[in-house]
Amino acid sequence: MNLPLLEVRSLTTHFITEEGIVRAVENVSFEIYPGEILCLVGESGCGKSVTGLSILKLIPIPPGQIVRGEILFNGRDLLKLTEKEMERVRGNEISMIFQEPMTSLNPVFTIGDQIMEAIQLHQRLNKKGARKKAIEMLDRVKIPFPEKRIDSYPHQLSGGMRQRAMIAMALSCQPKLLIADEPTTALDVTIQAEVLRLLKEIQREMGMSVMLITHDLGVVSEVGDRVAVMYAGRMVEYGPAETLFHEMRHPYTKGLLESIPQLEEKRSRLNAIPGQVPDPMNLPEGCKFHPRCYLRIEECRKEEPPLFEVKEGHYSRCLRWRECR
Amino acid sequence: MKGNGTTSQIRLVWKYFKRNRLAVGGLTILIAIFFVAGTAPLLAPYDPGKTEVSLKLKPPSLKHFLGTDQLGRDVFSRMLYGSRISLSVGFVAVGISIFIGILVGAIAGYYGRWVDSLLMRLVDVMFCFPTFFLILTVVALLGPSIFNIMVVIGLTSWMGTARFVRAEFLSLRERDFVQAAKALGVNDRRIIFRHILPNALAPVFVSATLDVATAILVEAGLSFLGFGVQPPAPSWGNILTEGRTYIFDAWWLTVFPGLAILLTVLSFNLVGEGLRDSLDPRLRGRR
Repeated sequence: MNLPLLEVRSLTTHFITEEGIVRAVENVSFEIYPGEILCLVGESGCGKSVTGLSILKLIPIPPGQIVRGEILFNGRDLLKLTEKEMERVRGNEISMIFQEPMTSLNPVFTIGDQIMEAIQLHQRLNKKGARKKAIEMLDRVKIPFPEKRIDSYPHQLSGGMRQRAMIAMALSCQPKLLIADEPTTALDVTIQAEVLRLLKEIQREMGMSVMLITHDLGVVSEVGDRVAVMYAGRMVEYGPAETLFHEMRHPYTKGLLESIPQLEEKRSRLNAIPGQVPDPMNLPEGCKFHPRCYLRIEECRKEEPPLFEVKEGHYSRCLRWRECR
Repeated sequence: MKGNGTTSQIRLVWKYFKRNRLAVGGLTILIAIFFVAGTAPLLAPYDPGKTEVSLKLKPPSLKHFLGTDQLGRDVFSRMLYGSRISLSVGFVAVGISIFIGILVGAIAGYYGRWVDSLLMRLVDVMFCFPTFFLILTVVALLGPSIFNIMVVIGLTSWMGTARFVRAEFLSLRERDFVQAAKALGVNDRRIIFRHILPNALAPVFVSATLDVATAILVEAGLSFLGFGVQPPAPSWGNILTEGRTYIFDAWWLTVFPGLAILLTVLSFNLVGEGLRDSLDPRLRGRR
């Protein structure tokens, strides 16, 4: 493969609160290649959103703090950029869309105003040109009657439409990377599929890379090229989507996959991973997953396992990855 | 840049505002007062400064609607010109106070932390001054002029605005659209003034309306004490003062300016409250 577009190396983000330090992201490394969709998967609170926000340096500082790591975007370390330089990256080279299309648009401006703002922030276009471009973008995200819709206020649009408008806004400057933080979670199921398909389509057309943050493995199987599974701020398994679905090598990934209800199965109870997500301020020693793990051994308590290379491009943070299948 | 607020929003607010008869009454009176102030030179039957000692202290008549004062000046004409002063003092002072209030409140609410603590303590300190006496002192030092009065009232009345603009910002800055704007590369200044401020303006309008009433009262009070608009320039306050000496002989010298102040202040208050009720969905339809 060619050079990665984004390389995250040992990213560590903490939140310093009065009750203690929340280690939201600990030593996370991954890379995103041009034109691929990387899915970041995990339960709520596992640090996947914080990872996304850290890349754009949108973590509120304080209480947040990016303790160490490197975020190389086209070879440039974003963590070393000034706020001014970062503003030129955001929305222009890297864009982000959020979970709640209902509240991510400013209620007092038309969606056209907002898309045009994004365009004019980064491109030398006059109002007329920006408007034309905005209509083009709305058309591209398949909003019907874009010339008319451009003057709509957010409250006049449905949830799916709003998320499309958000996507249009985020993509209006042709970013090379889109960070999508649970873009379909707040939408109902039929709309979810549509928006997802749209994202995939545009991603292919524009040849951009996407980092898709989700807790929904269904979404991953539909669009993901590669997957990074996170647990308690750590990456526990990392590899091509195909491989992870069929040859997972971490008991957590396995648990996640087994908890998806299957149509053919005649079981009345859903398979769930026993136990609960650990308190981020009070993480267990050793492997963070061991209290809930069916494969745990004495060693797991003592030391946090490193990422083992299962095979090229596939990693697992489990001492007993060989036995996990 | 396209305007703030939505057309449908304005229509909705008007719909609820219309239901409040008192507020509509207040608005009507205000429009009338504005009209009068705007066209004073055309409406005034006499020159407000022209003295005619032979006609002094005449009661209201067809020739002099509101009578004449101790120098034989036409009270009606003086009141018309006085409305200009009262209204401009009200608006300019509130303009200044809102400008400062928004700036301080927005910065405090958006940045939070020590910036917030610092600015809010400043607000507390400003609140501690007995404003009226502060104004009196400043006017005594700098000399009374309309300009000084406007500026001083403005500089001493921004704290309320600052407080609730801050409160609005505290909650608005956590909203998703702020983060979305940041993710698009919008800088802080633009986020504060273009993205958050329009969402926080509704309560500012309400309090501005109420503040105009207060400013007019303060000006009248200052002029009454002789620290305000200086004679011979007419303002409602100093017409009232000059009439005080003759209160038992020429009631029209005090009653009419008093009524004018009362009516204007009352109208501003009614409109302000009507606006507040119609802008806040929770208060709608209570009447």
